[in-house]
Amino acid sequence: MDLDLVELSRAQFALTVMFHYLFPPLSIGLGLLMVVMEGLYLRTGNPQYEAMTRFWTRIFAVNFAVGVASGITMEFQFGTNWAAYSRFVGDVFGSALAAEGIFAFFLESGFLAVLVFGWNRVGPRMHFFATTMVFLGSCFSAVWIVIANSWQHTPAGFHLVEHQGVLRAEITDFWAMVFNPSAMHRLGHVMLGAFILGAFFVMSISAWYLLKRRHEDFARRSFLIALTVGALASWGELVSGHSQARAVAHNQPAKLAAFEGHFVTAEQGAEQGTELWVLGWPNVEQQRVDYGIGIPGMLSYLVYDDFDRPLPALDQFPPEDRPPVVVPFVSYHVMVALGMAFIGMTSLALVLWWRGVLFRQRWLLWLFVVAVVGPYIANQTGWVAAEVGRQPWVVYGLLRTSDGVSALVPPEQVLVSLVAFSGVYLALLAVWLYVVNEKIRHGPPEPAAASTSSTGSTSTTGLVAAAAAAGVGRGGHSYTDTADEVAARSSAALAMEDDG
Amino acid sequence: MDLHIAWFILLGVLLMGYAILDGFDLGVGILFPLVRGDTERRLVLNSIGPLWDGNEVWLVTFGGALFSAFPEAYATVLSGFYLPVILVLLSLVGRAISIEFRGKSQSRFWRGYWDFSFFLSSLVATLVFGVALGNVVGGIALTVQGHYAGRLGDLFQPFALAVGLLAVVGAAMHGALYLQLKVEGPLAQHVRRWAWGAYFAFVGLNIVVAGLALTRVPHLLVNFERWPVVWVMPVLVGLALANISRGLARGRPMGAFLSSCATIAGLTFLAAAALYPNIVVSSSAAPSLDIYRAASSEATLRLMGIIALIGMPLVATYTATVYWVFRGKVKLDEHSY
Repeated sequence: MDLDLVELSRAQFALTVMFHYLFPPLSIGLGLLMVVMEGLYLRTGNPQYEAMTRFWTRIFAVNFAVGVASGITMEFQFGTNWAAYSRFVGDVFGSALAAEGIFAFFLESGFLAVLVFGWNRVGPRMHFFATTMVFLGSCFSAVWIVIANSWQHTPAGFHLVEHQGVLRAEITDFWAMVFNPSAMHRLGHVMLGAFILGAFFVMSISAWYLLKRRHEDFARRSFLIALTVGALASWGELVSGHSQARAVAHNQPAKLAAFEGHFVTAEQGAEQGTELWVLGWPNVEQQRVDYGIGIPGMLSYLVYDDFDRPLPALDQFPPEDRPPVVVPFVSYHVMVALGMAFIGMTSLALVLWWRGVLFRQRWLLWLFVVAVVGPYIANQTGWVAAEVGRQPWVVYGLLRTSDGVSALVPPEQVLVSLVAFSGVYLALLAVWLYVVNEKIRHGPPEPAAASTSSTGSTSTTGLVAAAAAAGVGRGGHSYTDTADEVAARSSAALAMEDDG
Repeated sequence: MDLHIAWFILLGVLLMGYAILDGFDLGVGILFPLVRGDTERRLVLNSIGPLWDGNEVWLVTFGGALFSAFPEAYATVLSGFYLPVILVLLSLVGRAISIEFRGKSQSRFWRGYWDFSFFLSSLVATLVFGVALGNVVGGIALTVQGHYAGRLGDLFQPFALAVGLLAVVGAAMHGALYLQLKVEGPLAQHVRRWAWGAYFAFVGLNIVVAGLALTRVPHLLVNFERWPVVWVMPVLVGLALANISRGLARGRPMGAFLSSCATIAGLTFLAAAALYPNIVVSSSAAPSLDIYRAASSEATLRLMGIIALIGMPLVATYTATVYWVFRGKVKLDEHSY
């Protein structure tokens, strides 16, 4: 068998980066929710919020560990498999990566220790600070890696210089590199995608508890916080996606043509806008979209605010510069469809919440239990569309993917490592699922006060007493609030819940 | 100051930080099979629980800094040592997972499996780090363009293998000295025995490596001849080594551990002194990859210098904070592994 070094290396990079990207978006999204929950705990003193923070932190920790482990692989894989690429971009791309290490990873990992293990070692305010720093660290990490990746799509702030007889990119303007034309659009899109994933993850587990009538107070509060974040992020993602698609049309027109299955440019002066395919399957041989349901002129309108102005199609680009079409088209459409579904689900849930009947809709809760796979798929397909749509370039317009590979590594060795990564990651995924499932079955810790309204049998007096005890009797977690204040807040919270 | 030299030093500092910090938790992994009893194993594991992840960030940042400051060296070493690097990466993945997942089930088989995987991944990662460093310092075949020209089998040179062993035994010693600070009672007695055992093996291996270096890798001494003052460092390393045994014998665990840190710092310095001004030494006719050939542009080195100036004090603050919060003996609680 003839082994193709480039294809093997691409397969390995795809495998390792897609596996890695199962974890960071959850860390970012869940991190945000933990900051909200612990913030509410500090504000209200309600121990349920502390129990919530503790429970989600445990899942966060497992997720984070796998993210770190699979992330180390990424940091070094540019060198192992893409040596020519590394030599070409080290001056630019390496800088962003080093900044990520110094500014993001140290912050995250340092405060993660306090977040996970520090409950009994630091005061609640310091703990909240640590949670916030971990979240910030994961955001910084996204910032730098998305900047680095965006530079591959829209290189800026550099010039090409001959070094050791080979051309390479060198930074001329750091800020132009950082704010390269696609960086901020893509960063917003990535962050919101992570928030959506975190929200749907929490809603899934919470909905399951509600359906099983377990930890109901915990689940209701978690669900509503996540729903609020999820709805905002889903609508925000629509806005961000729209502006990003317009940016792609401007920066990488061939890529947008691949996303939209746009093969043939309209004849000049035809005043024929470009169709938007809602559904369909691109037929590359025949240069058309099969089984398509399209809206005439819609793509032109979305990109140019003009139904009649045609977009350049793939036929405007030399064949050797055209991206593949099927994978970007399908993954892009899956992502968009899922994004619409998130808007629909969260909006519906918000309306039902407002009308006070949300938690009686068992079908909707079941839908939320399974819907967690949606954001995972959307995050993955979004990246697949972006990166496959960038082909055949590894740095758009500057370096072809086939020229970026480590040419001296024997293909057999890449095959060995590809098989090894596949095996290890498959096992890892299985173990991760098992451990997270165990944590979900085990459930959240009981809040420091006796179980609150979940059973409905606790008398208000008992609750007040318990909450008061919680406010003063918890050693490192006690507050300066008086017991009465805590009790008042708890009963207020209880009253609000009864309304729902 | 010459930016290339500054970055060579900064990378040396990052590597030193990594060797000292991750060194002890890798060492704890290597010693792990010696720990008997589940509670004891949990104590030992939790002694590094909050810290190992941050320690590993030093490696990740070293990788990023090498990529940005000396991309040619980053590309040559990582693609040249392809399978060994993959082995390290898989080990680091396995290690993280073993630590994280071990405590998630009570099953004996489950824990036994992760215990073994923790041990093996720690051992393999340390060994390959050492062998790789031995090769980079000892010299590998390069092409004229500065790419790796050898094969996988060429990496098993005696000097490199000896450095690999030195790394394993040194980590074990460092880990045992660290554990002395963290555990109490009968377990502390065992740890003390392991520390002594590893200490003597480490001293012996240091002599072996020094002997191999003097006889087989003469280019290592070039800088010593140029700047005889560098000879102070082996003497200091010897003193630090002696101080470890003093700390152990007199029951001063902190003194012993700090001496071990100093030893590792000194050895890293010696490796850097032997390398300078090269990053990858060539054993073929082609020239070595030095800090000028392998480097990014001056502008980028300056820019990264600013980033490092802003970043490193922050890093030092976080590291100090975390080590301060988790100071003292390990106690198991509901958040432990």
